[in-house]
Amino acid sequence: MSGHEQFGGDLALYALNMLEGDERAKLEVHLASCGECRLELEQLRGDGALLALSTAGPKPPARARARLLDTIAKETQAPTSRANVAREMGYPRPRWQWLGWAAAAAMVVLAALLWNENSALKQILAAKNEESAQARRELEDLRKIAAPILSPQTQRVTVVSVKSAPQPQGKAFYLRSRNSLVFVASNMAPLPPHKAYQLWLVPADGAPIPAGVFKPDARGSGTIVNPPLPQGVEAKAFAITVEDEAGVPHPTAPIIMMGAGE
Amino acid sequence: MSSVERQAISPDLAAVTAVKSGDQSAMAELYDRYSSVVYAVALRVLGDTMAAEDVLQEVFLQLWRNPSAFDAALGSLGAWLAVISRNRAIDALRKRKPETDIEDVVVSATPDLASEVDRSRAAEKVRGVLSAMPSAQRSALEMAYFQGLSHSEIADKTGEPLGTIKTRIRAGLMMLRKAFQA
Repeated sequence: MSGHEQFGGDLALYALNMLEGDERAKLEVHLASCGECRLELEQLRGDGALLALSTAGPKPPARARARLLDTIAKETQAPTSRANVAREMGYPRPRWQWLGWAAAAAMVVLAALLWNENSALKQILAAKNEESAQARRELEDLRKIAAPILSPQTQRVTVVSVKSAPQPQGKAFYLRSRNSLVFVASNMAPLPPHKAYQLWLVPADGAPIPAGVFKPDARGSGTIVNPPLPQGVEAKAFAITVEDEAGVPHPTAPIIMMGAGE
Repeated sequence: MSSVERQAISPDLAAVTAVKSGDQSAMAELYDRYSSVVYAVALRVLGDTMAAEDVLQEVFLQLWRNPSAFDAALGSLGAWLAVISRNRAIDALRKRKPETDIEDVVVSATPDLASEVDRSRAAEKVRGVLSAMPSAQRSALEMAYFQGLSHSEIADKTGEPLGTIKTRIRAGLMMLRKAFQA
């Protein structure tokens, strides 16, 4: 019981059912988590049992034996639930009191673990909140940037040489690392019914990749935003053909516009 | 369980096992073996034969109704019954409900008390240790064990500090232990 000497006196009193009040409660809390002291308590009870053996006196009267055997014979004829008997006798506690203490200790440990876990989760949540706030700020910035480009209400003005007529043109903003593409066209000629302009990403190697379709509005403007594209393809150029409005997997018509990176 | 099978293991464990299956003769066997110890302890505490007889009945009825409460691996049945008898007698003396369920009483490291000879030898040894103790220590131990006085009540009665009473009681119990370990 080294290291637990401060409980020695109380353990002896507890073994004799003499410890009460706060001292008893404190010791029971300690016993819940200390196997050494529980063992010492059992030994002290054994020591107390030795003390009981020092008693000597008359044998119990014979009627006591008859009374006991008569009682158990009656109980055998009309068996009573032992659990009920225990309750009737005023002993409702479970089989092993340490279990209650062990459960209390386990609850303390569990509460500590949950507290730690809660703290960790709070830190993670705070980090996620910060990430989320950062993402919201970036999105707001992007919206401010993209709004004049993407909004149908945007007034688009293409400045060209005063000596030449306005020419169809398109601007592609392609961010390969994010697989993101925004294409804005202006001065596009009207199309026949069921036809649309189709944008093609022309890679360094291989066939053109479909990059969305658009129909110009009354002012000849059109946009394509983030069409489905394979991951991380390097664009050598972008091109426009006129195709069926549903789009086609491979160009079927001649390229009418084309441009490489600036 | 046949009588032959019961002889192959310790007599107490065999009888308790039989009691678990409702064997009344096994219960009578245990009563005959330990009723003197249980009754003597109760009588020493209560000083009243009728009250001691009630405790005797209660202790053995508890064993009959719940024999699984005794764990043979942790101590002898005689010591276990003696401790329960003492606790029940103290409860009766103080007119309080039982403070400790018999299932919570674990008694370890006691000598084998199954035979009358063993019990007599052990009792003689305990009495020898008690007589060798300083009287103040023996008195504190006996007031605690047989009168059920709290340490503060003993301190009030003797005029000794609480800590001294605690120390004397524990030291007295340890002396008993050492005598049986030697």
